Amino acid sequence: MSATFLGMPPFPEAARAAVEDSQLRHNLHKATHTIRDKRGQAVGELDDWAELRSEGAAIKEHTLRHLDRYLEQVEESVQRAGGTVHWASDAAEANAIVTRLVHGTGQSDVVKVKSMATQEIELNRALEQAGITAYETDLAELIVQLGQDLPSHILVPAIHLGRARIREIFLEHMARWGVPAPQGLTDDPRALAEAARVHLRERFLNTRTAISGANFVVADSGTTVVLESEGNGRMCLTLPETLISVVGIEKIVPTFDDLEVFMQLLPRSSTGERMNPYTSMWSGVAPGDGPQEFHLVLLDNGRTDVLADTVGRQALRCIRCSACLNACPVYERTGGHAYGSVYPGPIGAILTPQLQGMSSETDRSLPYASSLCGACYEVCPVAIDIPEVLVHLREQAVEGPGRTGEKAMMAGAEAALSSPAALEAAQRAASAVRGAVPRHLPGAASAWTDTRSVPEIPEESFRRWWKKRGEER
Amino acid sequence: MRIALFITCVNDTLFPDTGRAVVELLERLGHEVVFPQGQTCCGQMHYNTGYRRPATKLAVRFVQTFDGADAVVVPSASCAAMIREHYPRLGRSGSRLSRKVAALAPRVYDLTELLVDVLGVTDVDAYYPHRVAYHPTCHGLRMLGLGDRPYRLLRAVRGLDLVEVGRPEECCGFGGTFALKNSDVSTAMGADKARQAVDTGAEVLCMVDNSCLMHVGGILQRQRSGVRVAHIAEILARTETSEAAVSPTTEEADR
Repeated sequence: MSATFLGMPPFPEAARAAVEDSQLRHNLHKATHTIRDKRGQAVGELDDWAELRSEGAAIKEHTLRHLDRYLEQVEESVQRAGGTVHWASDAAEANAIVTRLVHGTGQSDVVKVKSMATQEIELNRALEQAGITAYETDLAELIVQLGQDLPSHILVPAIHLGRARIREIFLEHMARWGVPAPQGLTDDPRALAEAARVHLRERFLNTRTAISGANFVVADSGTTVVLESEGNGRMCLTLPETLISVVGIEKIVPTFDDLEVFMQLLPRSSTGERMNPYTSMWSGVAPGDGPQEFHLVLLDNGRTDVLADTVGRQALRCIRCSACLNACPVYERTGGHAYGSVYPGPIGAILTPQLQGMSSETDRSLPYASSLCGACYEVCPVAIDIPEVLVHLREQAVEGPGRTGEKAMMAGAEAALSSPAALEAAQRAASAVRGAVPRHLPGAASAWTDTRSVPEIPEESFRRWWKKRGEER
Repeated sequence: MRIALFITCVNDTLFPDTGRAVVELLERLGHEVVFPQGQTCCGQMHYNTGYRRPATKLAVRFVQTFDGADAVVVPSASCAAMIREHYPRLGRSGSRLSRKVAALAPRVYDLTELLVDVLGVTDVDAYYPHRVAYHPTCHGLRMLGLGDRPYRLLRAVRGLDLVEVGRPEECCGFGGTFALKNSDVSTAMGADKARQAVDTGAEVLCMVDNSCLMHVGGILQRQRSGVRVAHIAEILARTETSEAAVSPTTEEADR
């Protein structure tokens, strides 16, 4: 079961098309730089950011180290508060549990709060196959769903679309899903938001079952936490009769006090705000207030395998803020679709291959989708050393099949660098053909010379000059 | 001071002028430069591409070659970062390699660190009457934390008009084998950096790493931009005498 978009080519191939899409490049440049700068300001306000960051990392490390204990505590505290806990080892199991629960309510429609976990397990598709329609209520998720598109950013799934395209999507598809877009809809952001508001309002008032993810689950109190900006989440979490939350097992924090750290780290890293507009917290069910039935589906789906990798497991600290996407010079130029997964950008490049076990060529191309510039690590609020994990996964990728050209090149370089004599021989050979190097090189080297000139090969290497200088003295 | 030069394989093979400049500069400042003959490469390319075994062999060679050196100067921030930041990950804990790395790595310096921190000099008595745009490379910026050292050195150069390239914290797109494996994205990043360099109105784009310079410089040259590139060592080595001997060509033949 995979979070990979079906039929996506390896990263370099998908990236080529993205890089040539001028509209996409323009949208992405503007959006990533805006959020990047906003984040920089919001983080710069706190003089204890470094301490918060290491505290966030430490809490997550501790929880992951003792996850067995905390998972049992979550089960106990959620059930004590009147909720039901379900365990799903993979996507198929999670989807089957949610489908059964929705069927149990007798409903065929559900509203959804934006959730990466349900994207990862492709819940909407599973529900559709079971005759259940899932309605996304986050504005960007709604746009993506209406346009039969794919999300391209963790926080802003429709970051790749401009407002003119969004207007078209609303006019073309809203009617099929519910309240149509008003006639004469313009591409003014306010008008678009209002059209979505009217469309969604009817949905909130008429749907009795909701599905969400969660940003955090507090082990000792059994409290589930969702942070959002639009208020659609609050609607879904309070109005329906039944609430089903699908949550990755790495989302646990031990105590309510620990939340304090993440409530400072997440909004500032994510939207560049001091605090997000809506934070909803609920512990099981409260009679007469909110959903009277609450199910928590705890999802593994590859996470315990990641936990077994001592270098790779730091990826499970991720709180899905997407600061690394916004800071990444590669993401900025390709957008999210090129990563072929619901988790794009630097975090996706280390999370997707690990969750899926480096099984496809696309998975194995993802750890290479980085110049290792380190901007992602610098902005990560839980200090995930993404470059370190990328290199670690590259070490696994080279153990896999194929890559004959690369392996030959690396073996050749290894031989040439194995001794000063071998290196000098290679340098002499290079100097012998200086002046005869064509402007455009064939084969693999064309990847360089298509766009860049080759430096002129010097008459003599440094070490040769040094030797001669010594002899002259 | 007796300083061991680790030239790096890229500088040794393609950019010997940078090495000569380091030697000239350090000797001018009254220091002795030695070049341990056993050196080849730090192993960064193998390591960053996922080939850990050959990288470890090269690390072993490096620590053997430079064992006991008082100070090792590396005219490449990313190679210095490879040694200081990644070598400790290569040897098993308690192994001979990890003990050697622990002893040697703290004495390995990028050129600007050596000058400012160890030799305590920012004015190296250089003369370079040109408008120079400086771009801090990622590994110098984030891994070594070079900070204002290159700027202080360049500001002290007589005649030099220093300007900063736009968005200095943004990667130029070289990234080692990334430049080949993801050449489209790499070029897109490099083209933006080249444009930012041209926008400064500088004649010369300067960095602390010839590999990044080779990438952005390769694009600048293809574009016939009129901006040439120079490693910081080559600028700091220049004096009134040597400046007069060189007639800068803004466009070498595009090979």
